[in-house]
Amino acid sequence: MGAAHSASEEVRELEGKTGFSSDQIEQLHRRFKQLSGDQPTIRKENFNNVPDLELNPIRSKIVRAFFDNRNLRKGTSGLADEINFEDFLTIMSYFRPIDTTMDEEQVQLCRKEKLRFLFHMYDSDSDGRITLEEYRNVVEELLSGNPHIEKESARSIADGAMMEAASVCVGQMEPDQVYEGITFDDFLKVGAWELGVGTGAALGACRGPC
Amino acid sequence: MGIRGFVPFCPWNWCLLLATLQCCGASSELNRSTDSSARRELNVRYAAASSQPAETISVFTLDYDYVQIPYEVTLWILLASLAKIGFHLNRRLPGLMPESCLLILVGALVGAVIFGTDHKSPPVMDSSIYFLYLLPPIVLESGYFMPTRPFFENLGSILWWAGLGALLNAFGIGLSLYLICQVPAFGLGDINLLQNLLFGSLISAVDPVAVLAVFEEARVNEQLYMMIFGEALLNDGISVVLYNILIAFTKMHKFEDIEPVDILAGCARFVIVGCGGAFFGVIFGFISAFITRFTQNISAIEPLIVFMFSYLSYLVAETLYLSGILAITACAVTMKKYVEENVSQTSYTTIKYFMKMLSSVSETLIFIFMGVSTIGKNHEWNWAFICFTLVFCQIWRAISVFVLFYVSNQFRTFPFSIKDQCVIFYSGVRGAGSFSLAFLLPLSLFPRKKLFVTATLVVIYFTVFIQGITVGPLVRYLDVRKTNKKESINEELHTRLMDHLKAGIEDVCGQWSHYQVRDKFKKFDHKYLRKVLIRKNLPKSSLVSLYKKLEMKQAIEMVESGVLSSTAFSTPRRVQKTQETKRLSPEDVESMRDILTRNMYQVRQRTLSYNKYNLQPQTSEKQAKEILIRRRNTFRESVKKGHSLPWGKPAGTKNIRYLSFPYSKPLPAGRDMKVAEFTDHDGSDSELPPITFNTHSPTGTIQERRWTPEVIPMKRLHGAGTPLHFGYRRNAGREEHLGRGGRAILRPKPLFHAVDEEFESEEESKEETPAFGSLLSSELRPGGDCNVSHSPLLQRK
Repeated sequence: MGAAHSASEEVRELEGKTGFSSDQIEQLHRRFKQLSGDQPTIRKENFNNVPDLELNPIRSKIVRAFFDNRNLRKGTSGLADEINFEDFLTIMSYFRPIDTTMDEEQVQLCRKEKLRFLFHMYDSDSDGRITLEEYRNVVEELLSGNPHIEKESARSIADGAMMEAASVCVGQMEPDQVYEGITFDDFLKVGAWELGVGTGAALGACRGPC
Repeated sequence: MGIRGFVPFCPWNWCLLLATLQCCGASSELNRSTDSSARRELNVRYAAASSQPAETISVFTLDYDYVQIPYEVTLWILLASLAKIGFHLNRRLPGLMPESCLLILVGALVGAVIFGTDHKSPPVMDSSIYFLYLLPPIVLESGYFMPTRPFFENLGSILWWAGLGALLNAFGIGLSLYLICQVPAFGLGDINLLQNLLFGSLISAVDPVAVLAVFEEARVNEQLYMMIFGEALLNDGISVVLYNILIAFTKMHKFEDIEPVDILAGCARFVIVGCGGAFFGVIFGFISAFITRFTQNISAIEPLIVFMFSYLSYLVAETLYLSGILAITACAVTMKKYVEENVSQTSYTTIKYFMKMLSSVSETLIFIFMGVSTIGKNHEWNWAFICFTLVFCQIWRAISVFVLFYVSNQFRTFPFSIKDQCVIFYSGVRGAGSFSLAFLLPLSLFPRKKLFVTATLVVIYFTVFIQGITVGPLVRYLDVRKTNKKESINEELHTRLMDHLKAGIEDVCGQWSHYQVRDKFKKFDHKYLRKVLIRKNLPKSSLVSLYKKLEMKQAIEMVESGVLSSTAFSTPRRVQKTQETKRLSPEDVESMRDILTRNMYQVRQRTLSYNKYNLQPQTSEKQAKEILIRRRNTFRESVKKGHSLPWGKPAGTKNIRYLSFPYSKPLPAGRDMKVAEFTDHDGSDSELPPITFNTHSPTGTIQERRWTPEVIPMKRLHGAGTPLHFGYRRNAGREEHLGRGGRAILRPKPLFHAVDEEFESEEESKEETPAFGSLLSSELRPGGDCNVSHSPLLQRK
């Protein structure tokens, strides 16, 4: 890690960028090293080391989210091949609990960022809209734990949800209007996002064992 | 509901009548014989005639004295059981009030009867009976049924809350009451600090599990359950330890002689007693687990070993003045895991039921004692003391809940919301424990014991009835506000997605401190403990039970992954390019949401279900059994109906379709894991193995159970063109769930690899045919054979 001096400088820099405390950064760094096997970067395959993640139906989306350029703030589309610790922290910072000491505007901004993360998970082709196909994909993945549900049901559910979203966002549409997909603004409207993504729960680990 | 409401009163009425008659009869007998009993000696039965020289041999005599104690005890227990039956016959009652209400009422009734008939009440509960006989079963039961994984995951919080909460409550209430006693107007000046502290410690013993049943349907999360459990579990132990220490203090010299050294010693003793007890419990747990490893040939004594060792741990701990309660709890928790794997199925069931039974009996007896002492002459009523006791109980509980949880929330991954805390606060219902401790106060040291007993009784009655009955609505009220939000499918989806996301991120950033500890323990467990404590191999003769187990496992998995309800789900108009804006009808939304909630991958937090007074089979087990039974039945029926294929015509009464698998070629000594050997089954009660549970049924719906398969209109099957696939695709992996034509077909998971394939037909009584193993082989019928599906079914090979 270089000299201790530069290390703490790095830490402070990261603290500033991502908003984590130095303890948290330490812990996350340990975790990063564990995941990457002491390499400086993580690739997609490294996520296979997380055992419980296997059982998660949206596993692929989660892993993908880590490499998504939009989340890494490196571009508007595409996937990175590997991420380093700073990128890791960037992604993790989306799950920091909202600091209630910030003022209202900042709180809103934070919420929006988190929701944007979620939006990116839905919108896999990075076109800024969640299309029907993408929505269907999501629902299928969510329901994939159950062998009995057939694709038809999943699709219908997705369709229903889409229609609902359409009606909420656009109101009564003319018969010849085409609803392209859910944009981010629509997305904000559709869900009653009272609980922000990951309010505290996800990063409680960084606070220490419970 | 007329008849329903009517029924419970019948058993109540006649049993009450019966009991009253008995008691009256008994008491009159007793009165008659009481006079002469004074003059009698022990072996009086035969010498009875000597006191009044009788000329004749009496043909018919009654000797009530001889059987009084067991007779009355049995009668009480029966009465309570009958009351419970009545209680549960009424569907609504168990959800309205906790069962302790009922027991208290029964106790009060018995007390009233005894008082009314001026009966000399039977042996009053005394210290040794309570601590040696009545308390251990209760504690054992709660320790045994504690779900271990969540317990250990939350161990820190639980210890913090239960331990500190009890202490805080005890001292808080004690001190406040002492201050009240100082007020001369109340006439309580002679109760010193120590006595108040003691009273505080005994009144702080809560029994919150009793109320769990009341709000079970409300979606109470796992953490909350664990908190309540943990509290109930440890609370008794801590109260008793405190109680004993304070009694020791009281017995010591006067109050003024107690020095700080003594207090420190008391604290140290507290810790030692607690930890030492737990330590002994663990040791005994391991010993008993070890012994059960060798009991495969005499499985009848397995329950005995379990019970005796637990009891022994209790006694040994008591001998050493350690906490027997914590010992027995630790013993139960430790040995449960290993014992369950070692003992046979029947022993396992026996243990569970016997434990429940014992603890039920104990608790009933305690409540009866309570009822008896309620209605009696030994009360002392002091308005100030009692009212303030009530008030302080509530206040201190609130304080301890909110303060302690505020602190522990800082360290928790899943903080408890205010609503959770309110629920915990409100579920502070006192129970049998407090009463017993109050009752056993030595009169010599506590001249105002009656006051304490009265106060305890008031608190118990108040909390059990008023809090117990209102906690249900309260929780539902709190909960309803939570769940009203999700009205749209989108929200449901998004919430679920976020849950999964959170879970995923947790895994990634690792609650790895937890993992490490848990992993390490698991590794240690596997490497050493299990080798020592678990039996080596399953006996060969239990092949059938093995199949039973495996089939059950599979069925349980099916159930857990959620079989769809049978509500016809009419697919809404498919939206091409989402042009149409036809609103979904509410029913569609409902059914969609139903499907979603029921079938989405269960996020890890699952609600527990625990009923203190009753052993409920795990719902999944129940459903699994249902599935199995139905499969067999329907299959048998379809076979009986002339060997036609189930889909040829509607399969009899039940509309569940099962596909039958063709006979496999009997392989000679087939060691091929995938293929089973079949012997010829003759006759119509041959059990052709049910293989696939094809989740379709014709238009009829089966409303009996929630899990009946989903409707997929029949015509789709035929419309697909190909005859029904037998359930296996050629290249099926385990995840492949779509059969031909896009029908979802369940494949049994290949669980049977390890099984030996000697499938001679078992005795007729064994219903799970070993031939089930044949279901595995998809390779048996490589897909192309589908076209010849019909014939092999009937052919014997």
